[in-house]
Amino acid sequence: MPYRQARWEEPLIIERSSEGKVGFSLPDVEAYTTGIPSELLRQRPPRLPELSETEVVRHYIRLSQENYGVDLGIYPLGSCTMKYNPKILDRVVATTKLQELHPLQDNGSVQGILRIFYELSQWLTEIVGLSKVSLQPAAGAHGEFTGAMIMRAYHKKNGDLEKRDELIVPDSAHGTNPASAAMAGFKVVVIPSGEDGCVDVRALRSSLSPRTAGLMLTNPNTLGIFEADILEIARLVHEDGGLLYYDGANLNAMLGKAKPGRMGFDIVHINIHKTFATPHGGGGPGSGPVAVTKELERFLPIPTVECAGGKYYLDFDRPDSIGKVRGYWGNSSVLVRAYAYISMMGQDGLTKVADVSVLNANYLAKKLSKIRGLELPYADKLRKHEFVLSAAKMSRETGVTAAHISKRLLDFGIHAPTVYFPLIVDEALMIEPTETVSKQDLDEAAEAFSKISTEAYSTPDIVRSAPNSTAVSRIDEARASHPKTMKLTWRSDT
Amino acid sequence: MSEAHPYIPNSAPRVMEEMLREIGIRDIEALFADIPESIRKDSTLRLPGSRSEMETGVQVSGLLSKNISTRDVISFLGGGVWPHYVPAAVDEIVSRSEFITSYTPYQPEISQGMLQSLFEYQSMVAELMEMEFANSSLYDWATALGEAARMASRVTGRNEFLVPHFMQPDRLGTLKTFCEPAGIKIVEVEGDRRTGTILQDELQRKVSSKAAGVYIENPSYLGLLEPNARRIGEIAHEKGAMFVVGVDPLSLGLFASPGELNADIAVGEGQPLGNHMNYGGPLLGLFACRGDRLLRQMPGRLIGMTTTKDGKSKAFTMVLQTREQHIRREKAVSNICTNEALCAVAAATYLALMGPRGLERLCKTILANSNYAMRELGKLNGLKVPIFDAQHFKEFAIGFDGVRLTCSDVNAALLQRGIQGGNCLHDQFPELGQSALYCVTETHTRESIDRLVEAMKAILEGQ
Repeated sequence: MPYRQARWEEPLIIERSSEGKVGFSLPDVEAYTTGIPSELLRQRPPRLPELSETEVVRHYIRLSQENYGVDLGIYPLGSCTMKYNPKILDRVVATTKLQELHPLQDNGSVQGILRIFYELSQWLTEIVGLSKVSLQPAAGAHGEFTGAMIMRAYHKKNGDLEKRDELIVPDSAHGTNPASAAMAGFKVVVIPSGEDGCVDVRALRSSLSPRTAGLMLTNPNTLGIFEADILEIARLVHEDGGLLYYDGANLNAMLGKAKPGRMGFDIVHINIHKTFATPHGGGGPGSGPVAVTKELERFLPIPTVECAGGKYYLDFDRPDSIGKVRGYWGNSSVLVRAYAYISMMGQDGLTKVADVSVLNANYLAKKLSKIRGLELPYADKLRKHEFVLSAAKMSRETGVTAAHISKRLLDFGIHAPTVYFPLIVDEALMIEPTETVSKQDLDEAAEAFSKISTEAYSTPDIVRSAPNSTAVSRIDEARASHPKTMKLTWRSDT
Repeated sequence: MSEAHPYIPNSAPRVMEEMLREIGIRDIEALFADIPESIRKDSTLRLPGSRSEMETGVQVSGLLSKNISTRDVISFLGGGVWPHYVPAAVDEIVSRSEFITSYTPYQPEISQGMLQSLFEYQSMVAELMEMEFANSSLYDWATALGEAARMASRVTGRNEFLVPHFMQPDRLGTLKTFCEPAGIKIVEVEGDRRTGTILQDELQRKVSSKAAGVYIENPSYLGLLEPNARRIGEIAHEKGAMFVVGVDPLSLGLFASPGELNADIAVGEGQPLGNHMNYGGPLLGLFACRGDRLLRQMPGRLIGMTTTKDGKSKAFTMVLQTREQHIRREKAVSNICTNEALCAVAAATYLALMGPRGLERLCKTILANSNYAMRELGKLNGLKVPIFDAQHFKEFAIGFDGVRLTCSDVNAALLQRGIQGGNCLHDQFPELGQSALYCVTETHTRESIDRLVEAMKAILEGQ
């Protein structure tokens, strides 16, 4: 499996600039002649590059070739669900009937998109087993913030907010959970995981108090293990007057298998760009709809999408709503892709997604745990969509760390796993193959790990000096972040 | 479970059997045996049955075709998302599968393309705004403003944030949601009824030693440039508050930048920079600031330029990650993780195509078109165009009180003539009377503006 990424050594686009060029044409109009007061005007033109269209296109196409995506190979970043994005999803949104829709158009002219929003909302509530959804949040973390604000509104409505100011988060949680909780004004109480990698019910019990606003949890958790005590956990939190929040980052393995609503969760965010196959765009746009129980519907952000007499409309008249969480109604082009995906997959297809994502993870976990220097903590537990290996043994014995392994994998054309997360596993390599990889991909990945292990125990410098097949070799991170050498724009440089 | 699925290679029965054998279990259900039965039961999804790709394409396109887009009619809607031309080259670049199917560039060596593009985006936004630093995107202008207020509060240790009365409603709403849990109070500063600009006396009176920040929108929601922007910044600074300026980035081809106005934090909406309106999302939150103190408190991903360890080539990587949630958890400056990276690549491509000359020319074209529309509409008897006596950029408010018509009546009549009128302002600003906000850009031809004027004339004459 030889891999070699393009290496263009492409200069900064500003370095390609020469005065007088332009990459854009406009229709001729009469010049605007009225005098504009000079204090309103810009003193110097912005120092943007001056280039023809050809040059701009070549520059960015070359850069794209220096970027690895799912379409090039396996991308097993744990908790990121980097599944293949069906091409039809991109095609259906490439229409002026969506792209050139203005959000303030009258309802009569946007019945198509509103119907898509409405039906997608219904499907999502069915999938997570709750009552109503808001499609507005732009990303998972934005959904978490929205959900935490809903919790806040709920306790406020009950006259309880003053005293209920703590949100409980396990130490294995995604970093966004505690950050979102803090942003919504809660104190974060971290509880340690138990010996089995799951929520320690005893620790939870001792953290619960009249100050508890709720608990944020992902299930399966970040080790890929299903929280088997979830019903007991839900009972304890609810008995104490708290709400249960579900981080939907790991929903993929639950499709058609178990609904968060049935597990006792009150608020769920869904990562559309993970579970529902919309492309992640190099970091975004994503979409993070939030679903809630009947009791919490009144707090959802305004507006909601409703239907009456066969007509779809946006409802702004929601006095208990937490208000606006963003401009307009949601990341439409992402949501329409998800609508197309769910519509295409149907119940059978989605259940198959869960089945095979779990099959793939367990298959690869079994193969990798046999490799010298790698261990699978909590080995007696079943895994769901992902698993976490520890390279602690290899690190002790050879000096080759999880970070080194991840860099060496790049040389094999395999994107690295998530590393050093969750924090409860030493030298963690968090691996999520997804359902869209083939057995051959998995076997090749296992072979690459095996080869790296052999290298670690015989010629560790090969691993430690990787990668060498990528557009650039190892990067000077210290220089990147040092106050004296840090460069965040080209302004001071060229 | 018998048939293989096109996106699920290992669903082929023989492959699946082989894998199950390797794991040492009989069937897939065994992998779910750890989920309590009471949760498993009733997990069937009541969804429509599966469809082929072809059927899905037909179905979704069929639904979307029911929409009447701004291309099907003549539209004058703006107010925060605006119709602008997206060059074909921009759509081409952001369709590249290497960009679109990649994740956040956690592994920089294999993600240089996205990282360099985002570094160039940060550089171009900083140039355009004349600010020291720009991040690599937030969700939209509204959330960027929410983050700006919280950042101003963190930096100053104060808890009041002053905003103009004539402000975009979603931005104000989002700002309130972001500020409430942080205990930041929003204080509104009245606008001048004649010019629409911020009343300096009132600002002086309201800005106190509790003020974390003073915010203006330039151009304002109602389309006009703030002539006293520098003075407002001085007033903020005299009281030790941050000066926060929100912009439509296209205006910066001609009009004063936040940096020139002495802003500490600049925010804005990047949608006009090569991103389609898409019914209001995804959008692109611009966020820039100056000075190390603010930089350390800045939300969102930052890309830095460095070199490889051997020093042989330049290289790019995410920096200052200790501000972020995955490192700092509950002490992070923001919870943002997924952002709008691809929209930022579109903006970088767009700005590179435009260059300073293209951008200036675009501004002048927009000014010419919007002023033509104002002038021609202003000739109609009884219509107040624009409501405010000020320099406008691409939007302006029209008052209908002189013609005794409501905004929604006018819009309904326009719609019958194939025109989407501006959005009504009365609910938010009753003091403006029956009124609407009109947006005119480079996408409007003289003919389309003339059609609006003729239609308006006919409506006013009761035809």
